[in-house]
Amino acid sequence: MGIIKVRDLVYEYIRRDEEGNVEGITTAVDDVDLDIEQGDFVAVLGHNGSGKSTLAKHLNAILYPSEGTVWVDGKDTKEEKYVWDIRQTAGMVFQNPDNQIIGQIVEEDVGFGPENMGVPTKEIWERVEESLKAVGMYQFRKFSPNKLSGGQKQRVSIAGVIAMHPKCIVLDEPTAMLDPKGRKEVLRAVRALNDVEHITVILITHYMEEVIYADKVYVMDQGKVAIQGTPREVFSEVEKLKELRLDVPQVTLLAYELAKEGLRMPKGVLTNREFREALDQCRR
Amino acid sequence: MPIILDKVSHIYGEDTAMAVRALDNISLVIPDGQFIGLIGHTGSGKSTLVQHLNGLMKATSGAVYFNGEDIDSEGFDKKKLRSKVGLVFQYPEHQLFETDVFSDVCFGPKNLGLTKKEAELRAYAALKLVGLEDAYFYQSPFDLSGGQKRRVAIAGVLAMKPEVLVLDEPTAGLDPKGRDEILDQIAALKRETGITVLLVSHSMEDVAKYVDRIIVMNKGRVMYDDEPREVFKQYHELEAVGLAAPQVTYIMKELREHGYDVGDEVTTIEEAKQEILAYFRER
Repeated sequence: MGIIKVRDLVYEYIRRDEEGNVEGITTAVDDVDLDIEQGDFVAVLGHNGSGKSTLAKHLNAILYPSEGTVWVDGKDTKEEKYVWDIRQTAGMVFQNPDNQIIGQIVEEDVGFGPENMGVPTKEIWERVEESLKAVGMYQFRKFSPNKLSGGQKQRVSIAGVIAMHPKCIVLDEPTAMLDPKGRKEVLRAVRALNDVEHITVILITHYMEEVIYADKVYVMDQGKVAIQGTPREVFSEVEKLKELRLDVPQVTLLAYELAKEGLRMPKGVLTNREFREALDQCRR
Repeated sequence: MPIILDKVSHIYGEDTAMAVRALDNISLVIPDGQFIGLIGHTGSGKSTLVQHLNGLMKATSGAVYFNGEDIDSEGFDKKKLRSKVGLVFQYPEHQLFETDVFSDVCFGPKNLGLTKKEAELRAYAALKLVGLEDAYFYQSPFDLSGGQKRRVAIAGVLAMKPEVLVLDEPTAGLDPKGRDEILDQIAALKRETGITVLLVSHSMEDVAKYVDRIIVMNKGRVMYDDEPREVFKQYHELEAVGLAAPQVTYIMKELREHGYDVGDEVTTIEEAKQEILAYFRER
């Protein structure tokens, strides 16, 4: 079994009125299966309301299935006795940089998780140092978080999660509130965690350029997985993605538009270099 | 009703040890009917700048003129200014509070002292301008999707009939289609009514696609103020201050570095497509 296994997952939100009577049911996740291996970099895409965040919250037991099962590192998330193990195995980073930091000083915030796990003091500081170095924020360890930019705060949040030595980290639109530089910094940190530390990464995002580094992409629509595959396979389906209210990276779209005008450009072009090489072929 | 900033500075915490010069001697003219993009790294002064345009913040030195009048002069009606210069903050749906959409949009006009009938007419027109279907008018704003809520919030500002519309990151948190819809709606609004629009954004691609003019802020100063094609040519300098050019600009750079004789003023996909097709036709 891989680090994450999801079978027949259904999650229903029950809408109630002021008196608590049931008004209606929204099926946010509708019969989803997932298999994620340790070390994978997985991207989850989907329009707002597609169920991607709801799905993500099952992966570290913030939500429990209405039906179906979620296993994290072989442990069923419905079993209460495994909750803390699961939350140490799969850490989560959210969208708003200001909502996740509680320490007065960066290194205190990063140490909070391990401290609560009962890690011995000396080891806490070792973990704080290695985590901050892994995200490139070690020189800011004595700073107040108030002095940091959005991208820096998000990196501190990521450091706080990896100080728990998780096998897997789930990031729910971590760059949505950041400027281009901040987005680049966070993505670089996330890729390094996957490439170097072999931490499994599950990235939920709207930014198509962030997806090209993933091993596997799941595209959600109305609670179901509509498309899955490698980034190249998924981005080849330009029209289908538009129907799903999504987009493709500019370089992919440009190649697609040129192909429509008669140039022999392949589908699913992911990088500027691939684009130029494909155009070289047309030049011949 | 042009807006002029004349040597405007804003210092937070003046006379304290933690004084921060958020705006440093800014002089700008915002003429009628322009579509302007305002870009800059976090902390560059963008939000501080836009809050001076409708008098929410006061300059510590320099002056702001609306249609030739100093907005800080004796007797100037700042309340009226705020209905002429509409400011939509980031995540505007956080401002929604009424039990139904229509009432929420009526709130602004009612506070202007308009009659109930006039306020309702304004609200209806504003909701139509943002493209919200009638079916949603009497629903709770909180039952709508993110993009729909956002449009209701913008309608609330449009109901005040502003001549200048300032939007701070109107696409933050929306999915790709949601982003396109909001920006297309704003562009259509501008075409139909001639309203001046100032768009604060972190998306170089969005800005390149829609605006006539880009103002780049860096550390409280204006770094560039020009057409998109001129601003994005300076991608090295933009990168040095934490920004970038649209992805398409870099694609063209890659091509030029490998012997393709294509232009260096491309900022949109459409322009790139035309340049490349022209290149192949001429061979």
